[in-house]
Amino acid sequence: MNVVVCVKQIPDPADPGALDPESKTLKRDGKLILDESDSYGVEMALQLAGDSGEVTLVSMAPNGEVSGLRTALAMGAAKAVLVSDDALKGSDALTTAKVLAKAIERAGSYDLILAATESSDGYTGTVPEQIAEVLGLPSVTFAKAVTIDGTTVKVDRQTEAGYDEVTCPLPALVSVTAGVVEPRYPSFKGIMAAKSKPVDQVTVADLGLDAANVGWAGAGQEIIEVAQAEARQAGEVIEDDGEAFNRVVGFLSDLKII
Amino acid sequence: MGVSKIWVLAEATGGNVATITLELLAKARELADTVECVYGGDASGIAATLGAHGASKVYATGDLGGSLAGVSLATALAAAIGGGNAPDAIFLGTTQDGRDVAGRLSVKLDAPVITNVVDLVERDGALVGVEPIFGGTQNVLTKFTSAKPAIFLIRPKSFAAEESGGAAAAVEALAVGDTGAAGAAKIVNRHVEEKSGPQLDEAAVVVAGGRGLGDSANYQLIEDLAKALGGAPGASRAIVDAGWVPYSYQVGQTGKVVKPNVYIAAGISGATQHLVGMKGSKHIIAVNKDPEAPIFSVADLGIVGDVHKVLPKLLEALQSR
Ligand SMILES: Cc1cc2nc3c(=O)[nH]c(=O)nc-3n(C[C@H](O)[C@H](O)[C@H](O)COP(=O)(O)OP(=O)(O)OC[C@H]3O[C@@H](n4cnc5c(N)ncnc54)[C@H](O)[C@@H]3O)c2cc1C
Ligand SMILES: Nc1ncnc2c1ncn2[C@@H]1O[C@H](COP(=O)(O)O)[C@@H](O)[C@H]1O
Repeated sequence: MNVVVCVKQIPDPADPGALDPESKTLKRDGKLILDESDSYGVEMALQLAGDSGEVTLVSMAPNGEVSGLRTALAMGAAKAVLVSDDALKGSDALTTAKVLAKAIERAGSYDLILAATESSDGYTGTVPEQIAEVLGLPSVTFAKAVTIDGTTVKVDRQTEAGYDEVTCPLPALVSVTAGVVEPRYPSFKGIMAAKSKPVDQVTVADLGLDAANVGWAGAGQEIIEVAQAEARQAGEVIEDDGEAFNRVVGFLSDLKII
Repeated sequence: MGVSKIWVLAEATGGNVATITLELLAKARELADTVECVYGGDASGIAATLGAHGASKVYATGDLGGSLAGVSLATALAAAIGGGNAPDAIFLGTTQDGRDVAGRLSVKLDAPVITNVVDLVERDGALVGVEPIFGGTQNVLTKFTSAKPAIFLIRPKSFAAEESGGAAAAVEALAVGDTGAAGAAKIVNRHVEEKSGPQLDEAAVVVAGGRGLGDSANYQLIEDLAKALGGAPGASRAIVDAGWVPYSYQVGQTGKVVKPNVYIAAGISGATQHLVGMKGSKHIIAVNKDPEAPIFSVADLGIVGDVHKVLPKLLEALQSR
C-alpha cells in the first residue's frame, strides 16, 4: 500500500516565536524542523505501507527547506515532494491545502493520505479536511487508531464523548492525533540513507497553479492588528516547609470551596 | 450595513445540546438580529433548548445514518448558500465536527476560515476575529477581505452561555444532497466513556496532574483530591500521551478549555499550550518543585515543593474536615 504523508516543517517550538513586523505573520526564516505532530503520521504510514508499499512525503515550506523532510526520510519514508516558492508567502490554510493537493497528485498513485490533526505552529486544524475536499476524497479526522482491512481503512475517531468506530473505503485521507503510534527514532543507517533519497522540489508554476492566486495575493483574510493581551498577574510563591498544604486549605476555605 | 444574520453549528450528544453551541448562540445573539442553527441530525429533541438560547430556526438534515457530519453538513450548507439563503457569518465550535464542517465548506465556497477565535468584534460593519498567539500573551485581529459568509471556528469557553427565553426554534429540513465519493466514510459504532462526577469543562474545581507525578499510579492522588473538592480531575498532554489517563482528561490547546473557580496544577510545567487551556480560571494554585516553572507566572498561590509530599498532606487535611 502506498501512503502519502503531509509533513510540515516549522520553527523549533522551543525557540521563542516572533512575528514579522510588516506582515504580522509568524517568522519562518530560520532553520525549520519536522513538526512533532507529523512524526506520528510518518510512523503510522511506515507501519501501514509495510514492505510492499512506499511512503511519500509532501511539504510546503519556504527557502527550499529540507531539514524536516530529511528527518522523516531517515525514519524510513522513500521520497518527498517539496513545494517552495516565494509566491507562497502569506498563504492561508485554504491555499496551503490547494497547493498540497497538487503536490499529492504529483507524488504518484496512493491509497491513503495521512496528516496530523493540527500543526504545532499554525494549529488551524482545517488543512487535512480541506485537502480531502479539494481531492474529492472521503476522510476521517482525529484518528487515535488506524488499521487497514483490504480496501477499507478502519479508524477509531476521537469524539467529545469517547470515540467512534469509522470505516472508509480507500483512497481516503486520515488525520491522526498524537499518540496514535510511538514514532521511531531515526537510526544512524537511516540518517545516512536519507541523504541520498529523492526530494522533488517544485514551484507553484510546476504544479500548474497561478502565482496570483496563492500567498498574500490569494489570501482571503488579513491581519489588521496585533495587540498585547491582558496579562495575568503572578501571585504569591512560597517554598514548602512541610506545612504549605495548610496555605492551600486556607485559600480554598477563603473561597468557600471547603 | 452591520451583521444581520448568523448561523451557528449546533452539536448535541444524546439529546443534550453541547455547551459550546450555547456559548456561540449567546455571542451570535449579541451581534446579529437573526440567529439560526444548522444541525446534522434530527433536531426535534433539541429545538426547545436552541430556541431558549436565541435561535429562531434550526435547519436540520435529519438522521445522517452513520455519515459524518462534516461532509454531510458542508454539502447541505453549500447548496443552501448557493441557492441564495446565505448568512453574514457562520459560527462553529473548535470541535471535531466543527473543524470538519468548516474545512469542507471552505473549499466548497472557496472562502477561508478564521480559526482559534476567542472573541469577535465589529469593525466597519464587518466581523473581525480575535485569536490569541504565543500562549495568549498577544491577540491577533483578522478580517475577511471579501468572502461571504464569513466562517469562524471559535474556541470553547470564549463566551458564557445564557438563556434568552425564546420559544422553541422552528425546525426546517435541510437537504444534504449527493455527497459523492467524499461521503463514503461511515460510523459503525459509538463508544461513550463513562465518567462519574462533574464534567471537566463544567466543574467549579479542577485538579490537574502532569508528568511531575512521576508515575501513572500516583494519578490516584489527583482523582482523590478532585473528589474531595467536588471537582473534576484533569491532565497535561504529557501524561495523556503517556497513556496514564484518557484524552478526555486533557486540558490545553488540543484538549479542553476550562474556566473553573479554582484550578490546581500539580507537577505541571505550564507550557504555553497548557496555559491557553486554563489561564482563564478564576483562581490558580500550582505545586511544582522547580521555582522557575512557567506555571508560577499565572498562579495566585504557588508552592515550590514536591507533589509527593504536598498532595497527600492536603488530601488528608481535606478528608479530615
Ligand atoms: C501542537 C501542540 C499542542 C499541545 N497541546 C497541549 C495541550 O492541549 N495540553 C497540554 O497540557 N500540553 C499540550 N502540549 C504539550 C506541551 O507543550 C507540554 O509538553 C506539556 O504540557 C507538558 O506536560 P507536563 O507539564 O505534565 O510535563 P513537563 O513539561 O515534563 O513538566 C513536568 C513538571 O513537573 C515538575 N516536577 C517534576 N517532579 C516533581 C515533583 N516530584 N513534585 C513537583 N513537581 C515536579 C517539573 O519541575 C516540571 O515543571 C502541546 C504541544 C504541542 C506541540
Ligand atoms: N505547509 C504544510 N506542509 C505540509 N503539510 C502541512 C502544511 N500545513 C499543514 N499541513 C498538514 O496539515 C496538518 C494540519 O495543519 P493545520 O491545519 O495548519 O493545523 C499538519 O499537521 C500537516 O500534517
